[in-house]
Amino acid sequence: MQEIVSPTNTKLSQFRSGLKPTSILFSKETLEEANQLLEKRDFPTTREESWKYTRLTKLANTTFSGSVSSNNFDIPFVHADSYRFIFTNGQLTEFNDGVNARSVKDVRENNLNNISLKNHFFEAINLAFAEDGLFIEIEANQKLEKPIEIVHVSNGNKITNLRHVFRVGRHAKAEITMTYVSSDESNGFLNVVSNIALEDGAYLTINKLQTESGTDFHFSREAVKQEKNSNFTLNTLTFNGNFVRNDVNVFVNGQNAETNLNGAYLVKNNQLVDNHTIVDHLVANCQSNELYKGVLYGKSTAVFNGKVFVRPDAQKINAFQSNGNVLLSDDASVNSKPELEIYADDVKCSHGSTTGQLDENAVFYLRARGLSEKSAKELLVSAFISDVLNKIENEEVLNFTHSYLNKEFGWNI
Amino acid sequence: MIKIKNLHANIEGKEILRGLNLEVKAGEVHAIMGPNGAGKSTLASILAGREEYEITDGSIDFDGKDLMELSTEDRAREGLFLAFQYPVEIPGVSNVNFLRTALNEIREYKGQEPISAKDFMTMVREKSAIVELDSKLASRAVNEGFSGGEKKRNEIFQMAMLEPKLAILDETDSGLDIDALRIVANGVNKLKSPNNATIVITHYQRLLDYIVPDFVHVLYNGQIVKTGSKELALELEEKGYDWIKDELAV
Repeated sequence: MQEIVSPTNTKLSQFRSGLKPTSILFSKETLEEANQLLEKRDFPTTREESWKYTRLTKLANTTFSGSVSSNNFDIPFVHADSYRFIFTNGQLTEFNDGVNARSVKDVRENNLNNISLKNHFFEAINLAFAEDGLFIEIEANQKLEKPIEIVHVSNGNKITNLRHVFRVGRHAKAEITMTYVSSDESNGFLNVVSNIALEDGAYLTINKLQTESGTDFHFSREAVKQEKNSNFTLNTLTFNGNFVRNDVNVFVNGQNAETNLNGAYLVKNNQLVDNHTIVDHLVANCQSNELYKGVLYGKSTAVFNGKVFVRPDAQKINAFQSNGNVLLSDDASVNSKPELEIYADDVKCSHGSTTGQLDENAVFYLRARGLSEKSAKELLVSAFISDVLNKIENEEVLNFTHSYLNKEFGWNI
Repeated sequence: MIKIKNLHANIEGKEILRGLNLEVKAGEVHAIMGPNGAGKSTLASILAGREEYEITDGSIDFDGKDLMELSTEDRAREGLFLAFQYPVEIPGVSNVNFLRTALNEIREYKGQEPISAKDFMTMVREKSAIVELDSKLASRAVNEGFSGGEKKRNEIFQMAMLEPKLAILDETDSGLDIDALRIVANGVNKLKSPNNATIVITHYQRLLDYIVPDFVHVLYNGQIVKTGSKELALELEEKGYDWIKDELAV
């Protein structure tokens, strides 16, 4: 439900004031729609279904000065050899011409390939204020030899909206690693939307690595459209971040397509990680697999909402969805809601959600063999998460994960 | 090796051990037998450090150290090993991985260098042969999908890897067929040395055909009420426990 509020003097109008309208050539209607939505409402509240467990009060009450820090910090790169792009506080600071890429500002309207989500609040913000983004096209039959690595660096108190467009042509194959990092003192707002299209037989893997260490508000969304015989995998790894909201919308529009969504999150202190996913099976004979697992420390919160739609006549769909959580503290909380909406009758779908503590008998067993309580718990927790990590094929992504978990959580896996 | 004196223990206010005394010296094998509910498994759990039991009186000296002052892991590092009656299944944690961690934490405790990967794998091969444990099982997730016999063999494999001073086998024979029983018992016998000791907790005499005890104790009502040689086990097998209860009543 959406509240009608007076257009002036809302928290949102304060948030928007001073932001420059986008110069990206979205269609006039799209922009109008977005701006109209923002004119007549305020920030979402927990009365709205998709924000039921994630409060935006703190964001609404934050004033962003727009300042950015000039202090440099070491950017952790995942790949030794990649087509590398870096956005620093929204500015494209490193470009690579090894792939067919350009700034999204240089793309004409009809190529923006917009997957429009009406009434989606942060989509509207993104459309209205997107500063920049990458337009990357993998041509038909092209197989990228190296991964594309897009690093998003936040380092200040600034509002940044970025919009990427990735198009993977017929029978083309690519892997994109998107990392999000921030300096410890960063406390800005980042909202990144990626519009992704896979044509017939296209194959795309996205590794999304979130390790922002500041107190930023992070919003990101992958909107994906898959044509027939395509294969899309998204690995979302969230290992740090004060406030992280991930939205994934996959529209499976062609038969014999495969969709894999894997997510692992480790949440600590007062952090919040919210994963909202939608897989929409519009046609028959497709397969989707979704596995999200999280470990919660301290007073942290995790939200998982996974929705699978199987539309009428989308027969012979195999859709699996599972979310598991381990709470390592009495003060941590999880809100998990797996949902299936099936309008076809010949499908195989399952979903499940588990939330619990570590098996005390297993902890004791390991301690009785000489492991400290800490190592025992670590071993069990890493075994729990390894279900997800085992699905990641890229060795460098795995190595990065292992060394990050070793450095930040003391894990030895 | 271990001296248990006047041990009293409760769980949830219920007294299970009522003044238990037991001394085991290096090189010895002791069998503890007794009817259900006598406190056999409680004793094993307390020795391993289960926290749900409350010790109300008594002392346990383990090789000069006060066992009660040691955490579960430190007991293991000091050389105490419990072969569980019900080994826990731990999905996702590989047997060898966890054993390497265990071994290295024990070595670190003793101020030794970590074991090299090569030496470790050699050790895995040698020790898994002792209990005829398929090396594939050794690298699978801990006890996951193992048969009852495989789980017990895995316990003895772990014991072989960790080379404890004192091993407590809690109903290791339960649920084993005769072949598995022989393999497990052979494993235990091969690991026996003048420097270590074994406490075998069992219901049945048949395990003691293979692991020959120096002493047999009868645990009843929370106390050791009778101690004898291996012949006592045969007598118990034949006559049951009632005659001991009668003896006590007199």
